[in-house]
Amino acid sequence: MEMIAQFIYRSILQGTPLLYGATGEILTEKSGNLNLGIPGIMYVGAISGVIGGFFYQTNSDYIDPFLAVLIPLLCCLLGSLLVSLLYCFLTVTLRANQNVTGLAITTFGVGFGNFFGGSLIKILDSDVPYLALVKIAKAYKTTPDFASDLGPIGTIFFSYGFMVYLAIIIAVIASVVLKRTKVGLHLRAVGENPATADAAGINVNRYKYVATCLGGMIAGLGGLFYVMDYSNGIWSNNGFGDRGWLAIAIVIFVIWKPSLAIPGSYFFGALYILFNYINVPMTYIPIIQMLPYVVTIFVLVATSVRKKRENQPPQALGLSYFREER
Amino acid sequence: MAKVKQHTREPLFHITKRTEVPLKSSVLVRTIAIVLALIVCGIVTKLFTGDNPISIYKTIIHGAIGSGRFLVTIHELALLLCVSLAVTPAFRMKFWNIGAEGQVLIGCLSTAMCMFYLGGKVPEGLLILIMTCMAILAGAIWGVIPAFFKANWGTNETLFTLMMNYVAIQLIEYFLKIADKSGSNVVGPNLLSHGWFPRLFGQNYILNILIVVVITVLIYIYLNFTKHGYEISVVGESENTARYIGINVKKVVIRTMALSGAICGIAGLLLVGGSSHSIDSNLADGRGFTAIMVSWLAKFNPITMVLTALLIVFLERGADEVSSMFGLNADFAEILTGIILFFIIGCEFFINYKINFTHKKTEEVKEGK
Repeated sequence: MEMIAQFIYRSILQGTPLLYGATGEILTEKSGNLNLGIPGIMYVGAISGVIGGFFYQTNSDYIDPFLAVLIPLLCCLLGSLLVSLLYCFLTVTLRANQNVTGLAITTFGVGFGNFFGGSLIKILDSDVPYLALVKIAKAYKTTPDFASDLGPIGTIFFSYGFMVYLAIIIAVIASVVLKRTKVGLHLRAVGENPATADAAGINVNRYKYVATCLGGMIAGLGGLFYVMDYSNGIWSNNGFGDRGWLAIAIVIFVIWKPSLAIPGSYFFGALYILFNYINVPMTYIPIIQMLPYVVTIFVLVATSVRKKRENQPPQALGLSYFREER
Repeated sequence: MAKVKQHTREPLFHITKRTEVPLKSSVLVRTIAIVLALIVCGIVTKLFTGDNPISIYKTIIHGAIGSGRFLVTIHELALLLCVSLAVTPAFRMKFWNIGAEGQVLIGCLSTAMCMFYLGGKVPEGLLILIMTCMAILAGAIWGVIPAFFKANWGTNETLFTLMMNYVAIQLIEYFLKIADKSGSNVVGPNLLSHGWFPRLFGQNYILNILIVVVITVLIYIYLNFTKHGYEISVVGESENTARYIGINVKKVVIRTMALSGAICGIAGLLLVGGSSHSIDSNLADGRGFTAIMVSWLAKFNPITMVLTALLIVFLERGADEVSSMFGLNADFAEILTGIILFFIIGCEFFINYKINFTHKKTEEVKEGK
């Protein structure tokens, strides 16, 4: 029992950055922008939070838990907003190719994260030996006191920092907004057919900008969660790995539905750590780690073969909209 | 009434697409963009190193083509160019293959497997021949799988090829675990001791570079002067037109992706058999992704691609030198590459579109008359 609870606990921890990334990317893709820059944006979000937290931790004697959470959070949102704005400016305003722009953002973002992660101390001539925000991480990981009294149930449901719950809340809100509100309807219209949306009086560019920037900021939080909560405030270069791409895989896996992204992300998180919990020879670990991607390919093929209309990618996904070209 | 309303809401400018772009102005715009980007890169570098800009540029140049580095830089250029050429036919067809990374890796894997299992058992010449065939075959298969689904059911190729990268990575990890029981992350030259490419003129890499030169010329001819190349362009412009004039679109999509994958496979062969003689899951080193940008920047023209690939390689090698000189993180190169890419991506707008300012339009018309 304890073992199963631990497995679920670790899966959810693994799944949470993916959930942030997937929710952000779903919002973005619903507006017709295939943002392949999400992996880069998550790096930028993470390192922006780390930089903010680093300044706070080194410049103040007393760490106020509230500020310790707030400052990195705001820095993270700001950092990912700026990169998302750059993506929007290039693809929406300047109508550049989305794939190329996204990949450039990822190149830049991953480089940006690793560069500052590795060189921040040197640049600032600081006297700390390495980038560790343990005190701030503690504020992020604060869990309710009663969690440990509840045994396995406490482990599964109540033993996380607030960002795990925030991810779920954001995904639920995104789902409701997309499905039930006028704004969501407009957004989907923009992603399906921008020309029609434009004719209906929807400001296509504004929707694309807002959805992509919000999506980028949500994804950035995933990076922040990874550093502050999952790895206890210790930055390691390339530690975040290819989770950003995995988040994009989840978007397909859950057929562009934020509500499904919640179990979907945890499922991928579980697949990610499965090899620790089952008894297989070392040799087969890579085969197990291949599963998330194979499953995604399967879903992608199945949705396209079945051609159910509500399960398709947004129709205008990946295409820039140019009003005069209709 | 309506007229007045319209007048007050007249936008400041409107944008039109240019029908044809004079070569001179497109070269000019791109040059300006690159110069601006280099200036920004200089400023950014100065911020982090405190060195003066001139000496930064000197360091970059030294890092890229300084003594003893020239051949390595050219070899890096050849490898990147090879992958860029590989993705080009598919891109001309508007098939967004972002799985070049995986196609290269699977080429690496099949090459390494030939070297590992057949090394010493067959003559070297035959081994290299088998390696070549297997690498090409593996790359082609890796490219054809997404193409098959795209052609038959319209499966999104961008996402499919992206996933195939990770399948390839994990396959390599699996091979590493089988081949090297010690559990290290790389299978090195001691295990892959056969099937090395011969050295030409007493230098490493020369054969690799020659192969890429040949591929460049062949691809240029293939795309511009053959029926296949023509079919690719038509499918890229409009699938409906292609169908109307009797092109079998499915066949073209699958054939072109097989070609793309095959060339990626060759790139993998050059990486393992022709230079590193080792394999790990990071061997492609992001070239599959960088190649997409290189190819796009060159407007899918194989000859221009030599220049754009050179720009990227030059910058990466130069930035590596800057970062090692100042004890900074090696990822500094990625930031500089990113900045250059943003500028070039942005400048395409000013090449393809024209901004017409409205406020003086009426006067201009009068003067014109």
